[in-house]
Amino acid sequence: MKTAAIEIRGLSKSFTVNGEASEVLRDVSLTVAPGDIYGIIGRSGAGKSTLARCVNLLERPTAGQVFVSGQDVTHFAGRDLLDLRARIGMVFQDFNLFAQRTVLSNVSFPLEIRHDGAEARRARAQELLELVGLSDKAQSWPSQLSGGQQQRVAIARALANHPSIMLCDEVTSALDTTTTQSILDLLRNINRELGVTMLVITHAMSVVHRICNKVAVLDAGRVVETGTVADLFAHPQAAATRELLRADNGAATAVIATAAAATPTATRRPQHDAQEAGADHHVR
Amino acid sequence: MFADGFGAFLTEFGPLLLEGVWATLAMTLISSALAYLLGIPLGVLLTITAPGGLKPNRTLSATLGWVVNMGRSLPFVILVVVLIPFTRLVVGTTLGVPGAIVPLVIAAIPFVARIIENSLAEVPAGVIEAAQACGANTFQIITKVLLREGLPSIARSVALTVITLFGYSAIAGMVGAGGLGDIAIRYGYNRYQDDVLLAALVIIIVLIQLIQSACNLLVRHIDKRA
Repeated sequence: MKTAAIEIRGLSKSFTVNGEASEVLRDVSLTVAPGDIYGIIGRSGAGKSTLARCVNLLERPTAGQVFVSGQDVTHFAGRDLLDLRARIGMVFQDFNLFAQRTVLSNVSFPLEIRHDGAEARRARAQELLELVGLSDKAQSWPSQLSGGQQQRVAIARALANHPSIMLCDEVTSALDTTTTQSILDLLRNINRELGVTMLVITHAMSVVHRICNKVAVLDAGRVVETGTVADLFAHPQAAATRELLRADNGAATAVIATAAAATPTATRRPQHDAQEAGADHHVR
Repeated sequence: MFADGFGAFLTEFGPLLLEGVWATLAMTLISSALAYLLGIPLGVLLTITAPGGLKPNRTLSATLGWVVNMGRSLPFVILVVVLIPFTRLVVGTTLGVPGAIVPLVIAAIPFVARIIENSLAEVPAGVIEAAQACGANTFQIITKVLLREGLPSIARSVALTVITLFGYSAIAGMVGAGGLGDIAIRYGYNRYQDDVLLAALVIIIVLIQLIQSACNLLVRHIDKRA
């Protein structure tokens, strides 16, 4: 069996707010294989972003382990931690570009902090801008670009260090439908052509449907359902999943028909309610 | 006013006023520069040691905050007097431009530190997070992200600082620093020479406007945010 790109084991995370602990993630386990576009879907507040941020340790797990390419990184610190983060690209909902840097300088930032030479940085940044279709915008400032263009720059920046993994945190949530489609297509191309494994955080089933091959449904900090996207759409198990499908009706109806036709009835457990969390993890 | 005509006034008081302009500009600009040199690191420390900062440190943050607040709560007139022994120790005199620069800088450091703290707080948390996700260390985040992204806001604060110190320099003038404020008080107030007072006032207003305009121009040039 291939080494998992990302493996999360028994991960819990709680924050202390005003002296009161609130548990954001409870005993989350999942495995992302190399080459997967793995969706994490849930309502806002379900803990999705925290989960993604635990992978590159922007958040420290309270309990549990995180493995990246087979290596336990949970307690990485110092140089190891910085190297780990450099190996994992991250893209955000609000793009988070450096407003005081040109597009080119934004894309080469990850190389600049690793002290690559100016010429190597420029060449790599140009190459990436070409990949995301913005080679003519190298000298523009982020404020001169549209939202979709800014997100393309952010994707190019995330790829600068040749990462094997990309974390995409609600990357299309600030974009209109058409732009969303083109950004998702770009991510899928990057996955196919560069072999980058992706963890895609979203609240929209349409995003999962369009690019993911596997998916985990997160509800109140717990994984309530995991499996292939086709199965999830065809036979949603957890109440939270069905609710998300209802919320994103367009995507759901589009797929249920095709998925149902394509997938013979898989081995299935009886349905549970999302509230009985512990016993509610459906793996197919 | 201008009893013997403007030409005669200029001949008599022109050199004095010109010297006042230079003294005021020297006091104000040199102390502003020194205040930023020392206030930026202090402001950065305030920012990163604050709760939720890059390197939270409750003790250091509280101590620095206390020192800064203390520095800011002393009226400048009193600060000048209290600092007399220190000023003498540092520059060997309490008179003239050098004598004024020491208290001006001391007064401006905590002021600048707070301004820097505010400017750095304007840098969106998500942008700092993006830099962290790229593998940047704390020093790189300070120099390549916080200060760089905060630069337009910091530049905007320069006019505020310079103009504040401009006002302080007039107070320093009262204790022998020279400059336009000193001239306005000595000639205008003490000797009832309204024409000198008026001339000094006009020059001060023009200089302040110029400083503000220059700063606005600078900010417009470096601010790429929108």
